[in-house]
Amino acid sequence: MSAVVTRAPRRRSASTRGEGLSGWLFVSPILVILGLFLAVPVLMALWVSVSDWTGRGSPFAAGVGFVGADNYRELLTGGGLAEKDFGLSLRNNAWYVLLVVPIQTAVSLLLAVLVNRQVLRGRGFFRTAFYFPSVTSSVAITVLWLFLFSQSGAVNKLLSFVGITGPAWFNDASGVLHNLLGLVGVDRAPAFLADHTVLGITLWDWLAGPSVAMSAFILMAVFTTSGTFMLLFLAALQNLGGDVQEAAMMDGASGWQRFWRITLPQLRPTLFTVLTLGLIGTWQVFDQIYTGTQGGPQKTTLTPAYLSYTSAFGDQEWGRGAAIAFVLFVIIVVLTILQRIVLRERAVSKRRIALYTSGARR
Amino acid sequence: MQRRTTRLAAAAALTTISVLGLTACGGSGFSDTSGGGASDGALTSSDDALSVLIGSSGDAETKAVTDAVASWSSDSGTDAEVSVASDLPQQLSQGFASGKPADVFYVSTDTLAGFAGNGSLLPYGDQLSNADDFFPTLVQSFTVDDQFYCAPKDFSTLGLIINTDMWAEAGLTDADVPTDWDGLTEVAAKLTTADHVGLAFSPEYARVGAFMAQAGGSVTNDDGTEATLDSSENVEALTYVQELLTSGDAAFSSDLGAGWGGEAFGTGKAAMTIEGNWISGALTNDYPDVSYQVAELPAGPGGQGTLQFTNCWGIAADSPNQEAAVALVEQLTSTDQQLAFADAFGVMPSIQSAADQWKTDNPDQAAFLDSADFAQGVPNQDGSAAVISDFNSQLSGLKDGDPEAILESAQANFDAILK
Repeated sequence: MSAVVTRAPRRRSASTRGEGLSGWLFVSPILVILGLFLAVPVLMALWVSVSDWTGRGSPFAAGVGFVGADNYRELLTGGGLAEKDFGLSLRNNAWYVLLVVPIQTAVSLLLAVLVNRQVLRGRGFFRTAFYFPSVTSSVAITVLWLFLFSQSGAVNKLLSFVGITGPAWFNDASGVLHNLLGLVGVDRAPAFLADHTVLGITLWDWLAGPSVAMSAFILMAVFTTSGTFMLLFLAALQNLGGDVQEAAMMDGASGWQRFWRITLPQLRPTLFTVLTLGLIGTWQVFDQIYTGTQGGPQKTTLTPAYLSYTSAFGDQEWGRGAAIAFVLFVIIVVLTILQRIVLRERAVSKRRIALYTSGARR
Repeated sequence: MQRRTTRLAAAAALTTISVLGLTACGGSGFSDTSGGGASDGALTSSDDALSVLIGSSGDAETKAVTDAVASWSSDSGTDAEVSVASDLPQQLSQGFASGKPADVFYVSTDTLAGFAGNGSLLPYGDQLSNADDFFPTLVQSFTVDDQFYCAPKDFSTLGLIINTDMWAEAGLTDADVPTDWDGLTEVAAKLTTADHVGLAFSPEYARVGAFMAQAGGSVTNDDGTEATLDSSENVEALTYVQELLTSGDAAFSSDLGAGWGGEAFGTGKAAMTIEGNWISGALTNDYPDVSYQVAELPAGPGGQGTLQFTNCWGIAADSPNQEAAVALVEQLTSTDQQLAFADAFGVMPSIQSAADQWKTDNPDQAAFLDSADFAQGVPNQDGSAAVISDFNSQLSGLKDGDPEAILESAQANFDAILK
């Protein structure tokens, strides 16, 4: 697809220089605003993360010292409570991301395809209904969720109708994966997994899966964000021309084949957007934890964003709080780049070309 | 190409200048951090109005404090305004960072060391005329590095709350109120039915710690210089709690689907709970039909023991009007004012001269104040909050856990912050 454009060297005249100046003038308000509310705070936080600022007065005051990577070292190799808490928060959030991002992407795509169908009656109603959770404040939904998933709440009531005794949801710290392994008789860590630790957490605990409490948050994230992403997919679907679909139909492609081989590849840019926004949003999960569980039970809903907040505002460890934020930033950037690489447009492989030219059918 | 370099350079220069300008603005916005002469002992004084920031438990407390401050204000001629924080530690932190904190505010024991450590608090305790009247253990809670930082506002202790209807149903009388652990085990078993457990409390140090105190254990030694979490007394306490839990006669409130002991108690899921004075307000408001009595917690192998909780009236080191602030705190902690607060929102006065009057006014709750004689303060060392919250998270798994392992890991964490 990438067309090569040769750009002719442009000649600059006095008039274009004037235009450049007025251009800068016009963007200067937004530059100042962005600088004031984005660049300066980020730079300040970066400085705090390598300083011993204690939270009183300006971080640029004379008494505040540079401590190099001490705050980062304490987090990543300190061996103390700070490292263990950070390890736990990463563990919890990684499982959250791992489950929320694929599920919400799949669900939102499914919903978008459903409400995009011409034959669906009451499309407008469904579109609004699916989008509704997204416009509700996350605090309100969290409170709703706390009620729904309480021990004697609606969800457990429903489960009891089919003979299942529901868990204590937001009070249940047991890992879902550990519970599943327990069902097949594996309830103790193999020596290898129990003896090796990463960031103060044993490999066995890394593999615990999300706790039951975190699972409730995972369901909530899927419920609330699928609507937003459905909207993105819906817009993309409506931009697709019908001709390609028709051509595929003429070639005898089934509906299933048309979806996987025609529709989905055309949605790639939207897919990238949705996955990126999903990744960023899920790694930064904060409000639900702050209003819902404050990291409990047994720290299984502790996330880096919430830990950063409590380290700074609760424990007055401002350097550590800022350091956590920057480690989180690096994680998000690296994952986004990785995802960009995975989703990049590839040239058609030789094997594929051979298939087409030989006329072989799959 | 050259033009592009110039343009880039110009852009970079523009950005640098604006960033520098902005940080300079920021810098001048933060006032000097040397503090208001706290080091030389002289208090700042000015005509500035005082701002009072409180973390209120409800309308009753807000109104009582507002009225008290307003009456002081009209007597002294210094304006003062009370505002209620939605998240007190966060708002205090913001104030200290900006150099313009509230003048007078609530400080909890677990945030004290952090704020004292970075010099945000004025250590004014010894300058109060009623300094000797405070309960000594409360003064201890607000003393960091031998400096008495702030005046205890009020306090509460843990007691055993008993549902009198269930008590009577189980055929128990006043003579059966447990005085030792064996007695507690016994009545918990008798009170347990298919509908409710005998005893419920939250899975946290702030409740389980009472058992540690009763066993003769503690989190640190008396000076707070050494962690003593892994002592045999504490192991004994946790083992006893574990036995209670596994017997099925006691349960953590979270395992009953309740947010705290008071909820489990109020909803009738438990016949007894371990809570502090604040439970009376909650029961009156949310569960008015529950009849209850308060008893002192039973004694363990180490004698009687309970925990006490308290907040203090902090004064900012950056306050421009510390003299007036100290005068205000003196008024707010006076005998009459504390009795008025106690009447309004159910706290216990922090000064000994108000104790007898309070007991006369609140005969049902006398057990709470009597418990002050053997109450232990909660740790106030810098960083202790994080260690205790980790300890709490492990305590919630106590039923199937190993008491020794839990205490050893908490000991290691506490050692690390005392280093």
